[in-house]
Amino acid sequence: MEADVVIIGGGVVGTAIARELSKYELKIILLEKEEDVAMGSSKANSGIIHAGYNADAGTLRGKLNVRANPLFDKLCSELKVPFKRIGSLLIGFNEDDLKVLKEKKENGEKMGITGMKIVSGEDLFKLEPNLNEKARFALFAPSAGIISSYEFTIALADSAVINGVKIYLDTELIDIETENRRVLGVKTSRGFIKTGIIINAAGLFSDNIAGMAGDNSIEIKAYKGEYHLFDKKWGDYVNHIIFPVPDRKSKGILVTPTVHGNLLIGPNFYAVDDKDDLGVSSAGLEEIYQGAGKLVSGLDRRDVIASYAGLRAKTEGDDFIIGHSDLVKGLINVAGIQSPGFTASPAIAEMVVDLVREYLAREKKQELRKKDYFQSELAQRPVFTEADLDEWDELIKKDAAYGEIICRCEKISKGEIRDAIHGPVPARSLDAVKRRTRAGAGRCQGAFCAPRVLKIIAEELGLKPTEITKKGGNSRILLTETKGLLLQKGEYHDD
Amino acid sequence: MIDYDLVVVGGGPAGLAAALEAKKNGIERILILERDKYLGGILQQCIHNGFGLLYFKEELTGPEYADRFIKKLSGTNIDVKTGTMVVRINRKKEITALNSKEGLLFIKAGAVILAMGCRERTREAVRIPGDRPAGIFTAGTAQRYLNLEGYMPGKEVVILGSGDIGLIMARRMTLEGADVKAVLEIMPFSSGLMRNKVQCLDDFGIPLLLKHTISRINGKDRVESVIISKADENMSVITGTEKEIPCDTVLFSVGLIPENELSREMGLSLDKATGGPVVNELRETEVRGIFACGNVLHVHDLVDYVSEESEIAGRAAAAYIRDGLERREREIIVERAENINYIIPQKISFIDREREMIKFFMRVKRPEEDVRISIADGENKKLASYKRDLLTPGEMLVINFPEKLIKDNTEKIKMFIEKERR
Ligand SMILES: Cc1cc2nc3c(=O)[nH]c(=O)nc-3n(C[C@H](O)[C@H](O)[C@H](O)COP(=O)(O)OP(=O)(O)OC[C@H]3O[C@@H](n4cnc5c(N)ncnc54)[C@H](O)[C@@H]3O)c2cc1C
Repeated sequence: MEADVVIIGGGVVGTAIARELSKYELKIILLEKEEDVAMGSSKANSGIIHAGYNADAGTLRGKLNVRANPLFDKLCSELKVPFKRIGSLLIGFNEDDLKVLKEKKENGEKMGITGMKIVSGEDLFKLEPNLNEKARFALFAPSAGIISSYEFTIALADSAVINGVKIYLDTELIDIETENRRVLGVKTSRGFIKTGIIINAAGLFSDNIAGMAGDNSIEIKAYKGEYHLFDKKWGDYVNHIIFPVPDRKSKGILVTPTVHGNLLIGPNFYAVDDKDDLGVSSAGLEEIYQGAGKLVSGLDRRDVIASYAGLRAKTEGDDFIIGHSDLVKGLINVAGIQSPGFTASPAIAEMVVDLVREYLAREKKQELRKKDYFQSELAQRPVFTEADLDEWDELIKKDAAYGEIICRCEKISKGEIRDAIHGPVPARSLDAVKRRTRAGAGRCQGAFCAPRVLKIIAEELGLKPTEITKKGGNSRILLTETKGLLLQKGEYHDD
Repeated sequence: MIDYDLVVVGGGPAGLAAALEAKKNGIERILILERDKYLGGILQQCIHNGFGLLYFKEELTGPEYADRFIKKLSGTNIDVKTGTMVVRINRKKEITALNSKEGLLFIKAGAVILAMGCRERTREAVRIPGDRPAGIFTAGTAQRYLNLEGYMPGKEVVILGSGDIGLIMARRMTLEGADVKAVLEIMPFSSGLMRNKVQCLDDFGIPLLLKHTISRINGKDRVESVIISKADENMSVITGTEKEIPCDTVLFSVGLIPENELSREMGLSLDKATGGPVVNELRETEVRGIFACGNVLHVHDLVDYVSEESEIAGRAAAAYIRDGLERREREIIVERAENINYIIPQKISFIDREREMIKFFMRVKRPEEDVRISIADGENKKLASYKRDLLTPGEMLVINFPEKLIKDNTEKIKMFIEKERR
């Protein structure tokens, strides 16, 4: 197998790069070790498209954030991903905080962010009636928005696929072959791929990947952030993204509506050793609940429907590392993409295209040529909860599967689930279906629909129900047919 | 727009009994809407016995119990649409539903009976920390996989919560060859029926660990173990008591909640204690002509009581449709003392010269022994009292209160439970 470019990692960064590069005459392969894209940091995060006033103007984090923020309206309409520019409020409780708000505002304006203003007193509570009554000031940034991070990532991947990128799921990069400090190809869990350019977008593991090529300059540490997601009853409890004044480590515990009408609180911030550890702790969840309570009053924890954690990939230097490896030719590192990496991803992708262009010109005397045709739009898939009822009626008459509601909480039809299973990047597990359709994402967390979704996946893919997993790997849901365990034990009873 | 006198939402035991009773009381155009492909609701996966002892005076399995009603239904002209999901009901009794055969349906009803049943509380409701691997199920979902789909969801099992479905599943999975290592209950008492504890755990030597909970679930892909801990009176984990139990499956049997999304969207006020709509003695919600019965109203311990309650609602809906209800000038509010978790109905709205008794369903918050349940009027004059040896939160308490004791000027009645003085 051979490719012009191999991208490692199907997070938002890898998929955004894949889509951007698919506009050019290149043979591109993306490798993802998990069974789906968006399984790393790009799955569990705050889903905020930041305005960009936080990072210093001189940093990549600052520059790329501000460059990327305005791109989301067009991108999301092309990719058919929900995005709402609801604006953010950075809350201050005293004069010291006010000083910080003013500094942030100044920093943002220096980078070209417009529309920001400081609100206070009654005006503030008019914007946010449920704010903690001790709140006094806020920095309002109208350009901040909310998005579903995994839906956006999946859509980028889908778009890359329809434009010719090959995405190999369940395929782990095991080693990189080099000669005279130049990339020759990649060894994967499914065979060798010859390539001259490797783009290392492996998130938490990007240090390992660089190391495989002999570049040991990167060290990534994992920092956990835990979340509570509230029932849709709470979806309009706040109108904006509500931030506290950040400390040096992170932007702090926020409160925000989600694009699908839930309420999200979190994340906290602490280091973990195991880069696969996504567990939640009692202490951590207590911390975010208390933290959120400082911003808004009246939250009721009994309405939490899901708790989960994500891991940030941080480097010592704290800024993104994006560029040609100094040590190995043909290796482009895109590492340490911590927050606001999600927001920055479209700008990161553009930057990486420039790096590829430059590399091909310099090393191969080749020109990066645009394709004649790039399919920028993804088709709009039918979604019952957003549809006009008369149109949905017609749809059911054409295809009965859209009339069968499978997920009772989120009202997802069989047709929607089937579409996800047969999408460009296909959903093959319960969680993959959930990320694409929301079946199982509601208040009963799949207690009702999981058996039904499992059956549909098995039928559509021609698999046995015992082969269907929650999230790939060994996460099988059913172990045997009934009587199977008894038979294994050498018994059989039929009462 | 399709027109019906009565639309029943939900074809489980509650909906079936309510529809049949309305029919018996002379209502002709009745429609049952059921989202599943078959009638009978959750009973169809309850293949164990113990149903019908009160209602039919014989012991039946869940599917047999359901079948008695389904058979009766087939001899009537009651319309049934299965595979049909109701997505909206408004206060004007206009219903939006859909199914794959007919598409979108818009239905206008003279009266509506809500009988959507309940759903299980999940891991999140009890906030168990740790990983999120495969192998974590609510007990009812595991029951469905096993009894309806024919697959074993686990081999080495720990069950959290002593709710009835959990107890039933402890036995069921054991019979299927699984190793059920323990049932943990954070309270000092079991929350299920006594008979289920005896027949499902004791008889199989499965330990019930009271005042215990899971303090962490471990496992990357599939559950690998749970850490269990002792819990104090405030249901907080006692540190230092942790023990690891290897297992591949965790079942949650931590209670049921009435399924009231449609009711909430319609703006019905819900009782915090039951999770169901506030109703009067005929199970009518605050919207006249919209009734609720069965587990959508409050979680019952026995289906027999569901049937009985649903017949009250069915009869009332029939009377409502024929304009045969006589309302009191002022509703009587039913109040409860602190140790009573809830009482159904929450108010009394009608005058009915023919009925002798008004039936109350209630649950206590804590187990109580040798007690007297008393009903007093607004002036604290004791009207009636009932002696009971043992009350537990897991079992519903049923009380019949004579209609005669209600006076025209009664504004409220109060219920309380006191230790019996000897
Ligand atoms: C708690 C938290 C909150 C955040 N909030 C925000 C926010 O509100 N706004 C914002 O803009 N940003 C936010 N971020 C940052 C944002 O989530 C990240 O910047 C972004 O998701 C990084 O994407 P990525 O593609 O670099 O990494 P990932 O999404 O982690 O993708 C890397 C992928 O590489 C794969 N991979 C690794 N090794 C291999 C291998 N050997 N072979 C094949 N594949 C491999 C992994 O499986 C993974 O899928 C947050 C992050 C966290 C953790």
